[in-house]
Amino acid sequence: MTDTIVETEALGRDFRVRDGLRRRTVVAVEELTVRIGAGEAVGYIGANGAGKSTTIKMLTGILVPTRGSVRTCGLQPVPDRKRLARQVGVVFGQRTQLWWDLPVRDSLRILAAIHSLGTTAERERTDELVERLELGEFLGTPVRQLSLGQRMRAEVAAALLHSPRLVILDEPTIGLDVLSKQRLREFLVAERRLHGTTLMLTTHDMGDVERLCDRILLADRGSLVFDGTLAGLSRTVGAERVLVVDLAEPTPDLDDVPDTRHLGSEGGGLRQRLGFDPDVTTAARVLAALSGRAELVDLAVEEPDVEEIVRRVYAARR
Amino acid sequence: MTVRTYVRLFVAGFRRQSTYRLAAFGGLVANATFGLLKVALLFAAVRTSGGELAGYDVAMMSSYIWISQGLLGSINLSGRTDIADRIRTGDVAVDFLRPVDVHLASVATEVGRSVFALIPRGLPSVAIGAVVVGMAVPDHASAYVLGAVSLFLAIVVSATTVYLVGAAGFWLVETRGVAILYMVVSGFLAGLFVPIGLFPGWLHAVATATPFPSMMMYPVDILSGRVEGLASLGIVGLQLFWVGTTVAAGQLATRSGRRRLEVQGG
Amino acid sequence: MVDLTPYRAVLASRVRAQRTYRANFLLDLSSSLLVGLVELAEVWVVFRSVDSLGGLDLAAVVLVFGLADLSFSLADLAFGHCDTLPTYLRAGTLDVFYLRPQPLLLQLITSDISLRRLARAAVGVAALVAGLAMNDVPWSAGAVALLVLAVVSGIATFAAMFVWAAGAQFYLVDGAEATNAFVYGGRYAASQPASVWSRPLVVVFGFFFPMAFTAYLPVVTLLGLPGPDWMPDGLGWCAPLAAIWAWALALTTWRTGVRHYQGGGG
Repeated sequence: MTDTIVETEALGRDFRVRDGLRRRTVVAVEELTVRIGAGEAVGYIGANGAGKSTTIKMLTGILVPTRGSVRTCGLQPVPDRKRLARQVGVVFGQRTQLWWDLPVRDSLRILAAIHSLGTTAERERTDELVERLELGEFLGTPVRQLSLGQRMRAEVAAALLHSPRLVILDEPTIGLDVLSKQRLREFLVAERRLHGTTLMLTTHDMGDVERLCDRILLADRGSLVFDGTLAGLSRTVGAERVLVVDLAEPTPDLDDVPDTRHLGSEGGGLRQRLGFDPDVTTAARVLAALSGRAELVDLAVEEPDVEEIVRRVYAARR
Repeated sequence: MTVRTYVRLFVAGFRRQSTYRLAAFGGLVANATFGLLKVALLFAAVRTSGGELAGYDVAMMSSYIWISQGLLGSINLSGRTDIADRIRTGDVAVDFLRPVDVHLASVATEVGRSVFALIPRGLPSVAIGAVVVGMAVPDHASAYVLGAVSLFLAIVVSATTVYLVGAAGFWLVETRGVAILYMVVSGFLAGLFVPIGLFPGWLHAVATATPFPSMMMYPVDILSGRVEGLASLGIVGLQLFWVGTTVAAGQLATRSGRRRLEVQGG
Repeated sequence: MVDLTPYRAVLASRVRAQRTYRANFLLDLSSSLLVGLVELAEVWVVFRSVDSLGGLDLAAVVLVFGLADLSFSLADLAFGHCDTLPTYLRAGTLDVFYLRPQPLLLQLITSDISLRRLARAAVGVAALVAGLAMNDVPWSAGAVALLVLAVVSGIATFAAMFVWAAGAQFYLVDGAEATNAFVYGGRYAASQPASVWSRPLVVVFGFFFPMAFTAYLPVVTLLGLPGPDWMPDGLGWCAPLAAIWAWALALTTWRTGVRHYQGGGG
């Protein structure tokens, strides 16, 4: 199929580490077989040490696989590294690809030259990114003086300047405030809609997965333990949701609402937390049951975070 | 404030260094390489001058080369220190909250680091010199004791002097310039590449008016037996003078720096 | 053919940036100048105390120094940035290079340029001019050709040393000083009369890292001086061969290093 962007077959990677005097082999990625089609948005999650970064490095040609095969954008990453680089953009949340002491504008100019963009293409794409990522106000500022939120937007612009078919984001929202996260996600959604870009991201943030991804890969000790939708994942692990209600006046514990579990009260019962299983009941039904009992001032539904889901999946396997 | 605290800081500086084994190996390779190049050049210079040059015979020149190479890891000739960064960024304000004398604590840590560096870098350098080239040693046992004292004082003078570079950060926004100047001048005047005995008179006078020869040249002269007897006591006295001067300057700078920090709020 | 546009873009913005921070740049410039002068002073101090050393008198060694220093500082200007590879390795910045459609080595070399090293080159030029004036150079087309050949090959040889060191860093990381021993030790060796070297030094800095070919051997050939006994007549003309050998060594080491990183690093 021509529309396959990433295809791996029993891909694996070992590291030899020195352990005191002896050397031993650590399996970072055991056996990964996965296919990602053009235009998909995939969330790649797993605990630290599950082999996510190693996989990304093999997909982009930074590391040579120990076994198995990998094709990215139809190319072999290591031998075709330079050709692949023109089709892939990577955003590392923790390391920069901008020139530290140069203005953002200069970094973008250099990258345009590196990717051999024509003058028109460079101008159009730069203008587009500057506008959509709102870089205008700090385009002339050296990178080291940017706030984290501004720097991440500049990093994304740098990674996407050459309009890559595949964009890989490694913890893109780590450390960002709520507003910056929101802006970044909206941008990525729009980018995908406008250009049909394939997205692959590793994250610890459930919001990223929810808003950006329609498919989830969950890795454990270097192999895939789940491949499907977020709803499907929640179903497998019985993801309990939590309804948080703020009430008009102190109320005794609501511990007898049908299909819920009372998880706790604060402020003498002004705020209460009820757990429910979305497959058994819905937030609406719980609310209906509550409405006769107390006056609601505010409410929120909390989802389990990525760590929690990962922990549950791992626990179920062991 | 107890002596124990400084002993602890000294030990901590000592420990930290032991984690950098590969770096120490790299340093040793560098010491040996530069040492052999200096041997070739300076031995030739001594031989051309009929076996003696500015009081150095070949064996003494060898001692000078290998002891000074060995001291490289223990003498701060770069002008850069941790405390300099802390002073420049204002982080030192936190250090002032601790019940320790910031100046002496920094010096103790630096001296601990330096004394440790004698093991992976100092001793092997001297051993290489002794085995490969051979070197001169003093005639009297007392010279060894005095040499060890002088060596320790050299390490202390280096720490107390380089602290002053960092202390400039209380008043200057950027101390890089001072550090660079220090780096360029200190090695030359300490006698790192050429013994200061070979300097023309005026340059020798300039060098002896600075604390730099106290960091390297003087202990080397005692340990190689080039300077003996009363003269060597005089050298140690000179080192003590520089320790006193730089410590006093450091205390003074730290105190007024602290006042400045308190007034301006860091 | 490699497209050089990206490098021009990097260099242009670098130059702009260094001109913006004018005070810093002036400081860097003057400190490089000072470093160059002190290095010249080291050579001068040794050679002023003897008539001649290894067949070179003060005038001849100034010429050797000028030639070596000019070539080294120009190579340093363009390739010196390879030194930062360990920092890139530790920070993971090197991975970013893999994501760009250019050769890694070119990206490393052009990730920065230090214009301040021009000041060092100025010292080299001054010493070279002084050296040519002080010596009785038998001027001819051949002499000019020999000098040009020496400078061009010298730059290439020193540049190869930086690349070699970068390749070795993939293995050493924290042991960067070990490679410095040969890069900066090489610079030091290049300004010496190779005739005073011991056999191991001749092997290491005469041929393996062909430092003697960057300045000393061309000067011996140019001035018709008596060379060392291992030197056939006219060896100074072989500087380009030395440069080719140095680059073969450098590229092999670099390639092995990159393989090691892709296969073993993480």
